[in-house]
Amino acid sequence: MEETPAEEGDTNKDVEVAPALIAVHPTEKSVAVAVGSDLRVFDLVGNCPVSLVDESEAPYHKDSIRTICYGSKGKLFVSAGDDKTVKIWSTESWRCIFNVVSEKRVSAAAISPNGLHICFADKFGVIWVVDLDGGVDGTQPLANKKAVSLLSHYCSIITSLEFSLDGQFLVSADRDFKIRVTTFPTKPVNEAHEIQSFCLGHTDFVSCIAFISNLECSHGFLISGSGDSTVRLWDILSGSLLDTCDIGDKVELLESKEREGCHSAVTSLCTIADGALVAVAVQSLHGIILLNCDLSNHTLSVVKVVSISEETFIPTSLSTSCSTGYLWMVTGVSSLHNLGHSSLARVKVISGFNKDDPNSTANKVSIVEDDAIPGGMKLLEKLQGGLTFDEKMFLAAAEAVKTAMSNLLTKKQYSTEKRDFRKRTRNDRKLKQ
Amino acid sequence: MLENDANPTISKSTGLPRKRFYRARAHSNPLSDSHFPVPISPSEVDYSLHYPQLFPSNDQRDRSKKIEFADIGCGFGGLLISLSTLFPETLMIGMELRDKVTEYVKERILALRVAHPGQYQNISVDRTNSMKYIPNYFEKAQLSKMFFLFPDPHFKEKNHRRRVISPHLLDEYAYALRVGGIIYTITDVEELGEWMKTCLENHPLFEALTSEELEADPAVKLLSSATEEGQKVARNEGQTFQAVYRRISAAP
Ligand SMILES: C[S@@+](CC[C@H](N)C(=O)[O-])C[C@H]1O[C@@H](n2cnc3c(N)ncnc32)[C@H](O)[C@@H]1O
Repeated sequence: MEETPAEEGDTNKDVEVAPALIAVHPTEKSVAVAVGSDLRVFDLVGNCPVSLVDESEAPYHKDSIRTICYGSKGKLFVSAGDDKTVKIWSTESWRCIFNVVSEKRVSAAAISPNGLHICFADKFGVIWVVDLDGGVDGTQPLANKKAVSLLSHYCSIITSLEFSLDGQFLVSADRDFKIRVTTFPTKPVNEAHEIQSFCLGHTDFVSCIAFISNLECSHGFLISGSGDSTVRLWDILSGSLLDTCDIGDKVELLESKEREGCHSAVTSLCTIADGALVAVAVQSLHGIILLNCDLSNHTLSVVKVVSISEETFIPTSLSTSCSTGYLWMVTGVSSLHNLGHSSLARVKVISGFNKDDPNSTANKVSIVEDDAIPGGMKLLEKLQGGLTFDEKMFLAAAEAVKTAMSNLLTKKQYSTEKRDFRKRTRNDRKLKQ
Repeated sequence: MLENDANPTISKSTGLPRKRFYRARAHSNPLSDSHFPVPISPSEVDYSLHYPQLFPSNDQRDRSKKIEFADIGCGFGGLLISLSTLFPETLMIGMELRDKVTEYVKERILALRVAHPGQYQNISVDRTNSMKYIPNYFEKAQLSKMFFLFPDPHFKEKNHRRRVISPHLLDEYAYALRVGGIIYTITDVEELGEWMKTCLENHPLFEALTSEELEADPAVKLLSSATEEGQKVARNEGQTFQAVYRRISAAP
């Protein structure tokens, strides 16, 4: 075969840093940040930091967390990553209630809208499903769970996994430009054979996907961000591309074009105000781009670039709840070896989104001052692991963020020499000769 | 990005090259690890390159006429050549991973077209990794036949996931095949034959053809005789194992 994802195994630990992640509870009861192996949660209702309880044999994560998310009902939370474990937490007790061992490192995860299944993707492009035995009540004891394989993207790393809003489809995006829409099986859940569509059109890796709700369409419309500097809108039933919004030009206007390559790759996106607005994080942009999504005309257009004055704040992850008008952002990385720091995370919030009048939003959005964000300084102290940071650290982090994003999303570029060597020494080639 | 994107890269309204295509091209290695062009989607497959006599212009071509047969891992192309005259109205394509072999098949088809004017216009070949890019070539339910003749066996258990027939890849083949479409497999390796049959038998979207149906299908007769690999096996009087299944619709 042309390639094997085994190449992922021999990554250089010194340069391999994981971008920080953020997730907000659907009704903003809590906020979670993952930096490296550390999972930090702040309870916004009780206004206090949360202590996680994990009584599994291998408690907490031992290596970089690559994916976190809340279930749409807000009862469950999932975290998973390089330590090949998937942990499912009750958001009531913040106890780990299911522990799942994966054969490979985990790159993405999603919780079904009915809260009955968890899906996760491994570094070989296989998607697994875990049956949660009818859901959770928050007080149940910890259980170890086995996953069964559901489908696979042949030899391609899956970057993002989402259920359609009605739970009928599972959508998976990969580094080979593909988005696959699979009918999620009802019973028995073991294999997902029916492919509804492929959404094809991106000309580089797909980094993130999200659903936008719509009254006329229960599964929702899909949006995707990519290394090709575009955000695209799709009809998942047919796989048709409805609109393409090129954000590369916007970024080029703002940033000096000092670098070639994936300069304006989309790294994260998040729907706001019922999906009328979409916030987009772009590699190397200190701020976000706001798009307006007009579903009656099937168009996506740039509303505004919200820049953040701190040049070092390039968001690595975005999240929002359905209930409030806040957009939560984090920037950070798992490790900054050269500065002797284990990790860095900085959280910021943007407010002023107007659900009923997305167009007026452009003038009203603003960055919330640190002491005015929900949870205030206590929250920042928990999620960031501190309140003050040395500017030098931020600069280093900003660089590391860029590297982390590139490593995560683009395939390793081997020199010709190294490629030849790898080819010659690969087991499968040896066998053939 | 595409070897055949002369048209889609030009904006219809302005006549100028469309930037987004050139943006992708600026990346040193658009498909990262692949060293061959891949169509972005089935609508970007340039039929005028593959079937120039039938589609003089890709832009103005009849979009309802599509490729219907795919020979996966076509090798030296013997099957396509036999099918070409058997189904002269059907468009077919071979998919082959090896560059030199693909070039050979291209030359072979060109030579046949010259030697037999008006014939062999309906077959072509492309270099690609069929395990990754089937959805880039074919829309849902576009194909009526898929052929897997003497695929590489990958004996070791841990290499089974490299096999071109596997439970997960069958999902993609079921996507590309229309209901009623047929998947043909044959091998001289008994273990692989068992494997392919088991995968197909266990898949809810495929059912075996009856012996009467096999008897009546002219394509079945070609399985063991039309390809270079098949002829080699026949010369050595080797046994072959075939599995021929029909794409059925999902149980409600
Ligand atoms: C043993 S040969 C059989 C060739 C031909 N079908 C025949 O019967 O003579 C298998 C062929 O499949 C090709 N092949 C293997 N993996 C492939 C892939 N992933 N995509 C396309 N072709 C592939 C190989 O290059 C080889 O030419």
